Amino acid sequence: MILSRLKISLRYIRLLCLWVLICGVITPAATLELVEFDREEQTNRYNALIDELRCLVCQNQSLADSNADLAKDMRAVVIDMIRNNHDDEVIIRFMTERYGDFVRYRPLLDSRTALLWFMPFILILLIFIWLPAFIRSHRAVPLSAAERQQAARLLQE
Amino acid sequence: MVLGLRIDPSIVPSPLIGKPAPLISLPRLDMPDKSFSSVDLRGQIWLLNVWASWCVSCVAEHSLLMKFLRDDVPIVGLNYKDMTGDALDWLAKYGDPYYTSLADADGSIGLDWGVYGVPETFLIDQQGIVQYKHIGPLSRADIDNTILPRVRELQGEKTQ
Repeated sequence: MILSRLKISLRYIRLLCLWVLICGVITPAATLELVEFDREEQTNRYNALIDELRCLVCQNQSLADSNADLAKDMRAVVIDMIRNNHDDEVIIRFMTERYGDFVRYRPLLDSRTALLWFMPFILILLIFIWLPAFIRSHRAVPLSAAERQQAARLLQE
Repeated sequence: MVLGLRIDPSIVPSPLIGKPAPLISLPRLDMPDKSFSSVDLRGQIWLLNVWASWCVSCVAEHSLLMKFLRDDVPIVGLNYKDMTGDALDWLAKYGDPYYTSLADADGSIGLDWGVYGVPETFLIDQQGIVQYKHIGPLSRADIDNTILPRVRELQGEKTQ
């Protein structure tokens, strides 16, 4: 009887997990206005682009995440440009011409941003390769027998 | 990093600096059947001030603009995402320093200028090139230490 009770609760737990999963997926999309495109390829491009562009008002959010008025305006431009068959590059360039490189949510990789991109790897290298070597080179060297006797003598004074 | 900490991260530099000002062709706020084009101001140094009746910090800046009024540097007001009635009431209440005010009801002109926060002020030179952008309300210091010197510089360059 306990076994059958366990089976039932397991089923409910599975249903609950599925429900939580679904909510987690649809909730972000639910905050944005509903957009319908003629072709699925356009929908995919739209979702990708609004992830790549930054909301200038809530600057740590992409256009996909932001509820700001400006974000809505910028999304409307993206939708319009997709419907008019403009390339992704053209759309991104439109935004960077007006708002600068900062509007790209993921920074471009060039000579200015190379340090930003590679710093985590540089730091990891530093911590795991250089630091142990540094510590080892500064470790105390054990005293020789003669030095130990000398230290004992000095300490007794 | 220490230097970086002193920079305000919310200020986004404008890519328009040094480039031709985006064309503005809009109906005038007070006379909607008449329109204004930014080309009309070629040959003059001018300021574009983005404002709205719903913008709280615009009020503080406004009294400075009223004092700044000069014949040689007209201020064009871009009334951003606002209702005409509210905008006109606001000007009646706080004063109108503008050469003309334009209704950018849907914000599309603002988007062309890279506006992301109100108020913002742009300085445009005689050739129609954007020379400077100020984000947030202007202060006395901004006008005296940045805007006026730039204006004098640009006026000096022209007479050379």
